[in-house]
Amino acid sequence: MKRVLLFAGLGALALTGFGAPAHAAKTLVYCSEGSPENFNPQLNTTGTSFDVAKPINNRLTEFERGATKVIPGLAESWTISDDGTVYTFKLRKGVKFHSNKSFKPTRDFNADDVLFSFDRMWKDDHPYHKVSGGSYDYFGDMDMPKLLKSIEKVDDYTVRFVLNAPEAPFIANLAMDFASIQSAEYGAVLLKAGTPEKIDQEPIGTGPFEFVRYQKDAQIRYKAFPEYWGGKQALDNLVFSITPDPAVRYAKLKAGECHVMSFPNLADLPAMKADPTIKVLQQEGLNIGYLGLNVQKKPFDDKRVRQALNMAIDKKAIIEAVYQGAGVPAVNLIPPTLWSYNKTIKGYPFDPAKAKALLAEAGYPDGFETDLWAMPVQRPYNPNARRIAEMMQSDLAAVGIKAKIVSYEWGEYRKRLQAGDPQMALFGWTGDNGDPDNFFYVLLGCEAARVGGGNISKWCYKPFDDLLVKAKRTSDVAERTKLYEAAQVIAHEEAPQFPIAHSVVFMPVRAEVVDYRMDPFGAHIFAGVDLK
Amino acid sequence: MLRFILSRVGMVIPTFFGITFLSFLLIRLVPGDPIEVRVGERGISPERLAMFRTELGLDQPLWRQFFDYVGGVLSGDLGVSLVTRNPVLSEFLTLFPATIELSLCAILLAIAIGLPAGMVAAVKRGTIFDHGVMGLSLTGYSMPIFWWGLLLILTFSVQLGWTPVSGRLSALYYVEPVTGFLLLDSLLSGEEGAFGSAVQHLILPAIVLGTIPLAVIARMTRSAMLEVLGEDYIRTARAKGLSPVRVVGLHALRNALIPVVTVIGLQVGTLLGGAILTETIFAWPGIGKWLIESINRRDYPALQGGVLLVATTVILVNLMVDLLYGVLNPRIRHRR
Repeated sequence: MKRVLLFAGLGALALTGFGAPAHAAKTLVYCSEGSPENFNPQLNTTGTSFDVAKPINNRLTEFERGATKVIPGLAESWTISDDGTVYTFKLRKGVKFHSNKSFKPTRDFNADDVLFSFDRMWKDDHPYHKVSGGSYDYFGDMDMPKLLKSIEKVDDYTVRFVLNAPEAPFIANLAMDFASIQSAEYGAVLLKAGTPEKIDQEPIGTGPFEFVRYQKDAQIRYKAFPEYWGGKQALDNLVFSITPDPAVRYAKLKAGECHVMSFPNLADLPAMKADPTIKVLQQEGLNIGYLGLNVQKKPFDDKRVRQALNMAIDKKAIIEAVYQGAGVPAVNLIPPTLWSYNKTIKGYPFDPAKAKALLAEAGYPDGFETDLWAMPVQRPYNPNARRIAEMMQSDLAAVGIKAKIVSYEWGEYRKRLQAGDPQMALFGWTGDNGDPDNFFYVLLGCEAARVGGGNISKWCYKPFDDLLVKAKRTSDVAERTKLYEAAQVIAHEEAPQFPIAHSVVFMPVRAEVVDYRMDPFGAHIFAGVDLK
Repeated sequence: MLRFILSRVGMVIPTFFGITFLSFLLIRLVPGDPIEVRVGERGISPERLAMFRTELGLDQPLWRQFFDYVGGVLSGDLGVSLVTRNPVLSEFLTLFPATIELSLCAILLAIAIGLPAGMVAAVKRGTIFDHGVMGLSLTGYSMPIFWWGLLLILTFSVQLGWTPVSGRLSALYYVEPVTGFLLLDSLLSGEEGAFGSAVQHLILPAIVLGTIPLAVIARMTRSAMLEVLGEDYIRTARAKGLSPVRVVGLHALRNALIPVVTVIGLQVGTLLGGAILTETIFAWPGIGKWLIESINRRDYPALQGGVLLVATTVILVNLMVDLLYGVLNPRIRHRR
């Protein structure tokens, strides 16, 4: 009898359980691709981890939603000294921090928070410097330790950054995730409680959404912050539902279990586009996939050989076959959407006959043997390096170049590329801050041509490098545009690489999602989004 | 009896050390380095790389790292994840209940269907039902988990809309974890509809994970039953005039169960292996998904700790089955 009662009870519970939820709040569910490392963008390097911190934080400067333009964030305005080394920021007043179980803010955002956030990354003796492993990769990668001379609090609402040398992209750097501003007061409270690592797990920020909870590997919940300085969001709740398999993300989107999904399978796109409940947004990625030609190795020390190679490969066929049309043929390192893109340059035509003639002129009438490195992994700018390498191999064979495909484990591959081991290697880049400097200087500058540097062509060409350095030191955008346009002419003529494509990024969202804007940097941003 | 228990426990110790060593070594044989794998296109300067390697102890010789690790394990410290910087043990314990919940439901489903199906197939040997059960179980046994999972999702979740696609709970609910077992937590939370949502989310993954054990149990039960049904005492029981239900359900089943129980114990390993795939497909936040990510990120402590804990679970369950077996069957207990 007891057993019967138990079952009846369970049955009744189950029945009531299946009723509709009592919530009427607007909740947007985003099917994301993976779990974050933590919630502090100062420490992270992956897009997945940056995405989860985005709703929570602000920076001194911000990228305009859906664009690469830099606009005021927590800094209302700024001035730059004539020599380009002193940046003075006027901070926004009345900005509130979030609160949680262990912290209730007693004051608004001010200069102390700016110093706290930057000093943590910069100063070895900062109490938080070693917390959570203390690797501030992006801060280091953007050369901040070398660049910064001092950060001073002038008054509560004025902060002065002094640089060692002028650096025009600095303002854009401050809009990057690693430069997110955290609460110094929260830091002090946690330190006192002896749990400093909580700052990276239970984040407090000034952003549009407050962090609610992270259920490891399952979901992340946020709620709209009613006192957000930019006004309360139209959404009440935001949920990241972690779903690693793209086919399952698509199934969830179709079933209405999520509203937005990341990284669809290219093969699913036609079906998504045909589905009236789904909108497929698309945008050219701020990236470049290319084949680097090592100018320090024969025969690529000869410009004619590099040009010949640029004419020997059928770029269009690669984009159709491997990118499945989701790629824009690249003429240049930077995509056409980025400012200073030089429209007047025409890409090398696919012309095997002319390529052969050029090779003969350079002393290689019968071609030559070379290696051709292909990475073992899929990257945002290159869906299938192996396949691309095979297509290139057959095109090159047609002009007498015998290419041998080489591959290594991804970490090893990158290391060897940057050490300058290969003759030809597939590689690529995704932009960080929307500044052309972030493409040209890191991929083709002389500084990056050192062993271990990102210039895998090891191409250091003074006239080109001079233009880049000059552009770095000028803050006038019109002036900088001219310099980069001229630099592109040189890079095209000297051909240290074969640019393949800028991949197109797709973002399927359900029809009821209002005003979702794709981010050119590939982030997934939900501020300003609404549901019908 | 004590001697029997001691000998079984004694065999566990070398197995445990073997697994500690293997889990430590295997992940280090995978090419790639936890720091290099993190940095992407950007690369890392040799100085910073050296700094991090020192900090994580990766610059030490392998034998030294191993002894440090074993020392830690013996004192209950499995180290800290290289990625999240959280203690491996606490991450494991957060995620393990999800895996246990899924595995338990899967095995219960497999027993609930497999046992009767195997029994009936044995009794109705040679009939269409028998061939049907055996054919289906062979199909189930050969079904690749990822394919079977996607097939069920597309049919029942996308086409028919009967079950949710993935996850453990609808995003509309918010249940504070108390036990980690969502079926219990959702009841404890008192949130209306949460329990139903948790049950619905369990259905497909439990079916997918339970399919192989179900097939194995059905086949094992059938053959064990067939063997027992031919015994003299069954004929005697029948001759005595006992009802067929009593003969099969009581006399035959009890004796046929011994090999079946062993097989169920052995299925625990299969279940945890299958859970890795099932969890990835259904975005089920258990240890399977966690281990896969740890491999991708070369998170040595998480992976070696996780594998060790899973293996320990399997060893313990099998030890328990061994002991139980001895309790059930005196012949085994007393055998030298």
